[in-house]
Amino acid sequence: MWGRILNLVVKELQQLRRDRAAKFRLLIPTLVQLFIFGYAATFEVYNVATIVLDQDHSQESRELVARFAGSGRFQIVETANSAADVRRAIDHADAVVAIVIQAGFADDVRKGVSAPAQVIVDGTNSNTALIALSYVSRIVADYAQEMEQDLSRRTRAGARPPPTVTLESRPWYNVDFNSRWFFVPGVIATLTLIMIVNLTSFAVVREREVGTLEQIMVTPIRPLEFILGKTIPYFLVGLALVVVIAGVGTLWFQIPFRGNPLVLLLGTALYLLCVLGIGLLISTVCKTQQQAFATNFFVINPAFILSGFSFPIASMPDFMQWISTINPMTYYLVVIRGTFLKGVGLEVLWPQMLALAGLGIVLLASSVLRFRKSLD
Amino acid sequence: MTGDIRIRADKLTKRFGDFVAVNAVSFEAGRGEIMGFLGPNGAGKSTTIRILCGLLRPSSGRAEVAGLDVAREPEKVRANIGYMSQKFSLYDDLSVMENLSFFGGVYGVKGARLKRRIAFAVEMAGLAGREDAVVSDLSGGWKQRLALGCAVLHEPKILFLDEPTSGVDPASRRRFWDLIYALAGDGVTVVITTHYMDEAEYCNRIALINGGRLVALGSPSELKRSAIRGEILLVEGDDPGAMLEALEGAPGVRDVAPFGSSLHIVVDDAARDRAAIEARLAERSLSWSRIEPIKATLEDVFVQLVGEGGKAAP
Repeated sequence: MWGRILNLVVKELQQLRRDRAAKFRLLIPTLVQLFIFGYAATFEVYNVATIVLDQDHSQESRELVARFAGSGRFQIVETANSAADVRRAIDHADAVVAIVIQAGFADDVRKGVSAPAQVIVDGTNSNTALIALSYVSRIVADYAQEMEQDLSRRTRAGARPPPTVTLESRPWYNVDFNSRWFFVPGVIATLTLIMIVNLTSFAVVREREVGTLEQIMVTPIRPLEFILGKTIPYFLVGLALVVVIAGVGTLWFQIPFRGNPLVLLLGTALYLLCVLGIGLLISTVCKTQQQAFATNFFVINPAFILSGFSFPIASMPDFMQWISTINPMTYYLVVIRGTFLKGVGLEVLWPQMLALAGLGIVLLASSVLRFRKSLD
Repeated sequence: MTGDIRIRADKLTKRFGDFVAVNAVSFEAGRGEIMGFLGPNGAGKSTTIRILCGLLRPSSGRAEVAGLDVAREPEKVRANIGYMSQKFSLYDDLSVMENLSFFGGVYGVKGARLKRRIAFAVEMAGLAGREDAVVSDLSGGWKQRLALGCAVLHEPKILFLDEPTSGVDPASRRRFWDLIYALAGDGVTVVITTHYMDEAEYCNRIALINGGRLVALGSPSELKRSAIRGEILLVEGDDPGAMLEALEGAPGVRDVAPFGSSLHIVVDDAARDRAAIEARLAERSLSWSRIEPIKATLEDVFVQLVGEGGKAAP
């Protein structure tokens, strides 16, 4: 049995070695995506195009505008003269945020009553809008607090300033909310899924298309041997891929790795079983490479969305949440983020490991069962 | 003699939905026999072979290959058979040697025996010195002989060849048949499908298949004798179309079929009926350049039993 499996593994690796294009298909898109995620994918927002309509023309209003400009988050691209200017700028996407300070702002601030300032945000990109708004409220809150303290100092000289509550948030594991720390480890799971599902599903479908599968079927090889012979080479390729991505992530992008590499290795091995199982299952269903391509797309995208990579599973409807529980990527992401950023080990990650092992066994077993040595 | 029976098909039937691809086909093939499956495309030749290889399960009927029930013990059957499918079935991106070691390995041929068998296959295919060539660089004839070499690495008792010579030049086809004769001489039972009439003549026995049914079974000469009851006159002339019309249903004429620019006319007695045919043509003022009795070919048999529809298929 092992002799025959070894035979298949050797053959598969020989084919892979001959196939220059395959090497490029594997390595180049992986690195390109990794660098795109590392450099371009960020939740942080800088230099938001901002238009200002200051109808108060006071020291106070200028001070508030200066704080926006000084934060680095907003770039004042225009100073408007009328509300119409503001509407036009937002409509034409010249500005994403508008700060409107109404007349009487300074008087109200000095009196200590609620002062009218309005912020308009282009909500068409709700993600950017939300993030920009959170900066707005932070800047305004700081300003208000200082004004208040200032006011109380001036009006009640010598008296203690009024007590204020300051909320000090402390994000653990990623103190600066660095997007890169969040994306790069997650990319390991995504890229492994895309690359290995494609590779394995095509590996069998290609043989079916060319006709060599029929030739294999008349040999005494058993389905389990065939599936293992197809699995082992791509398992090795998958491991190499993860090592490359993790290496670039830690060395180039300086993503901290705080856990035990062996725990990540175990999780990766179990995840690869699942991914290989998905690829093989697709290949037992599809007759042509086009079908396999379409099916892969159909599987990979939902797997990504329903994994908790960037959209919180807890916010999903029950049915989607249920799907995410049979999605191997859901568990692997926990393992990856746990080992990279949290530095936790098996004592925490064992449920994810068990889930991955279970899913992997079910997926691989069903592909063995589905792979019949007959053309019926 | 029964000990020498290698293949026994008994009322083998395969249905795909409502379509009956193979309909109650029964035959036997013995040791060292070359059995040809002849028939138009879609007649059920390949389906029959695939059942015998265990690639398809028969809907009903039974097949024994090497004394084993194909449906019940397909794995044991596979150790005894070699198969070359219609599609070219080597790994195009592997070298000659890599293909041979791979197929040897999956058939469980090891060590010194594997070395010996690979050397045999390389020699047989005429690929000595080109062991490291990648298969995609080889031309059709070489590939075909290498595929045959891969199929016999494990010294199978029975060899199934599904249209192995399609798309190969005549010289390579001839060379391929030499190899088949050599294998049969060593006792291998060869089942081969073809639609080349000349190749069918090389077979010990022919199973003529049409519409899923076994229409005739016998040696080429037996088939000619039994299928053509009568003699054949070859008629050549300027207007074969008009001659065909004139002679169809004429007295003494049993059947007329066009063969290229000439006609083959089946009659009871060539010497006697020749005069009547000449008279009929003269009556219609059709001129002929040649009328003479010829020996029946397999094509005559084929036309007689399968009909023009079958002949039209490539």
